[in-house]
Amino acid sequence: MNLAFDLLLAAALLWSAWRTLATPQIGRAVILFIVFGLLLTLAWARLDAPDIALAEAAIGAGLTGALLLDAVAALRARRPNMDGDET
Amino acid sequence: MKRFVRWLSILALTVLAGALLLAISSLPPAPVKLAGEVAANLAVSGVSHPVTAVLLNFRGYDTFLEVAVLIIALLGMLAAGLPPPPPTGSRNAMLPTLARLAVPLMVLAAVYLLWAGAFRPGGAFQAAAVLAAAAVLLHLAEIQGPWPDNARGPRLAIAGGFLLFLAIAAALLVNGGLLRYPPEQAGLNIVLIESGLSVSLAVNLAAFFLLRAPKS
Repeated sequence: MNLAFDLLLAAALLWSAWRTLATPQIGRAVILFIVFGLLLTLAWARLDAPDIALAEAAIGAGLTGALLLDAVAALRARRPNMDGDET
Repeated sequence: MKRFVRWLSILALTVLAGALLLAISSLPPAPVKLAGEVAANLAVSGVSHPVTAVLLNFRGYDTFLEVAVLIIALLGMLAAGLPPPPPTGSRNAMLPTLARLAVPLMVLAAVYLLWAGAFRPGGAFQAAAVLAAAAVLLHLAEIQGPWPDNARGPRLAIAGGFLLFLAIAAALLVNGGLLRYPPEQAGLNIVLIESGLSVSLAVNLAAFFLLRAPKS
């Protein structure tokens, strides 16, 4: 059961990492980055490293994600029609 | 041609991944059992959680430099020029209500994390991140306006925690070692440093969002 969960988690990590890099829409990439950070938090918790899991959740997924969302909003304010049209 | 380049890069990456896997699997065992050393010296570190003991006592110098790096990042942002404040009045009406409910709980969680750091997972960085997130939430809900780039309070808070760390490090130099606490005062020193760092780091992280150029 645990092995199945770990394999699923590893697969989800790789998938979200790939989608984050490959998606052409910048807003969606940021959301996927946050998803990736939260999955990574679970991975650290599974590895019995609760300290790193806490730091990853708070700084990696939370603050960095919010900072990236802020940056996307600022970019959008500068160039209104950049929402995924640059494929 | 494009296809050829793609297959070539896939091949190169596969070879590189294979080489890395080979290198990892043939690493020699660590010459020093660091976990054992930490466990053996935990009693004199002033805290009972090994991660905090390493971060604030055995390797306090690294933590000191980490905090300095964050301040330098903020200086870089100030030097590059601040973005203008976002337009106001377009936010969701639910957001201020949520912020008013969540922020007191977030402050409580931050204090708990700081206090828990001495004996279980937690500590200054995590507490600071939660506090900074609370400040960002207040900012997004437009309860807390942006800080002007010449705001004095945030600057004093950021410098204060760092200078407290520096002062304790300098005071301990008299004993002949950087950040080498006497065992009976180690706990007190760590609590002082962590409290100062929580405030300093929280304001530093929040400043990445809240510092905005004045409206022209």
